Amino acid sequence: MTWDWEFAFEVFPEIISAIGITIGATVAAYLISLTLGLVLTLLRRSSFKPLSLLVAGIVEFIRMTPPLVQLFFVYFAFDMTPFVTGAIVLGVHYATYVSEVYRSGIESVPASQWEASKALNFSTAQTWQKVVLPQAIPPVIPMLGNYLIVLFKETPLLSGIYVLEMLAVAQMIGSDTYRFLEPVTIVGFLFLVLSYPSALFIRYLEKRSGQLPGSSEKGVKT
Amino acid sequence: MFTNIGEFLPFILQGLSTTVQAFLFGAVLAYSIAIVAGLARTSKLVVVRVVATIFVELFRGTSLLVQMFFFAFVLPSLAPFTVSTFLAGGLALGFNYGAYASEVVRGAVLSVPEGQKEAAISLNMSKIQRMRLIILPQAFRIMLPGIGNNSIELLKGTSLVYFISLADMTYRADILRGANTALSDQIEIYTYLLLTYFVIALPLVLLTRWLEKQASKGVSTA
Repeated sequence: MTWDWEFAFEVFPEIISAIGITIGATVAAYLISLTLGLVLTLLRRSSFKPLSLLVAGIVEFIRMTPPLVQLFFVYFAFDMTPFVTGAIVLGVHYATYVSEVYRSGIESVPASQWEASKALNFSTAQTWQKVVLPQAIPPVIPMLGNYLIVLFKETPLLSGIYVLEMLAVAQMIGSDTYRFLEPVTIVGFLFLVLSYPSALFIRYLEKRSGQLPGSSEKGVKT
Repeated sequence: MFTNIGEFLPFILQGLSTTVQAFLFGAVLAYSIAIVAGLARTSKLVVVRVVATIFVELFRGTSLLVQMFFFAFVLPSLAPFTVSTFLAGGLALGFNYGAYASEVVRGAVLSVPEGQKEAAISLNMSKIQRMRLIILPQAFRIMLPGIGNNSIELLKGTSLVYFISLADMTYRADILRGANTALSDQIEIYTYLLLTYFVIALPLVLLTRWLEKQASKGVSTA
């Protein structure tokens, strides 16, 4: 099989028309993971032991099982549209990763900051809101940015529950025309073009903000 | 609910060997690639470095599922040999996670203090001796947590071979779902599937933690 430019130009508009779904799912899932991730981190730090253990158990379970299977589970167990299911499942899955990022940020805030806010008679909520989080979040922003790209690259999974994102469209074209070369390559190209510059930008941010707590974490997907 | 365990679980487990084989094939390939590409990226030769970087960024920048589609649907029409779905799935897993793991290898090699290299030079060690006896043993220790995490991700990634009709556990569960359309049955099927993945991943997690502990024994920390 050789590359057919005419065919490629013919299917390109069809594939790129699905980019909105891909990006929409990414953004929706990302917002869920940022919010839920913070909630999970705070719950895990709860001084009520059973609660923090329960949350830790749930987080480990979600992290250790495939997002695709979670997607099927939720899709068949709950009556939600494929898009909503996809955004929620990916969002919850990556919330468990994001919560580790927040944790590394929070642990980098010196204990003396807690003592100082106690000395100022701040309540726990005030300490979190005015002292700890403003110091914990900015240094981990590049790491959080990484997960935006990770999520973006995970969206083709949603084709498994019939969300018409780019790969699903490419697959439909492929099974109609028996030509997968052009559609699949175009999808790969679009992912590369969108994710690589973002990754470079995040690396630049990371470098600019210097050696930050958590920024040297190994084995994290970027 | 949860009354059909005797029927459902054995059916899903028939896919276990495919899941394990895909994991092992992917892991062996991934870690071979990781070492070669990781070391190549620290090479002094520009050509070697550039080729390795392009490879790594190509596989990190696109999506695993897109790569799997490429290997399964496009490669058979390009390659002069037969590409089985198992080979296609294994190649995609190995290349993708190999690219991620190569970053772990690279980071670990670079994090070995420069003084160690200088000391080895002063002992008149050859380049290969230096790498084999001084740098790699120390880098290996630093790699372990990252490699462990990568392996867990790889195991989860094997569920994607479902998309290319390789009869792994996820695929078996899907067949079962097609035959048992009652909602409670479907929830039951995917619950067993999630638990099975969890049980398989558990030893991997424990092994990673144990290795981490072993590797840090007898090491002075600053």
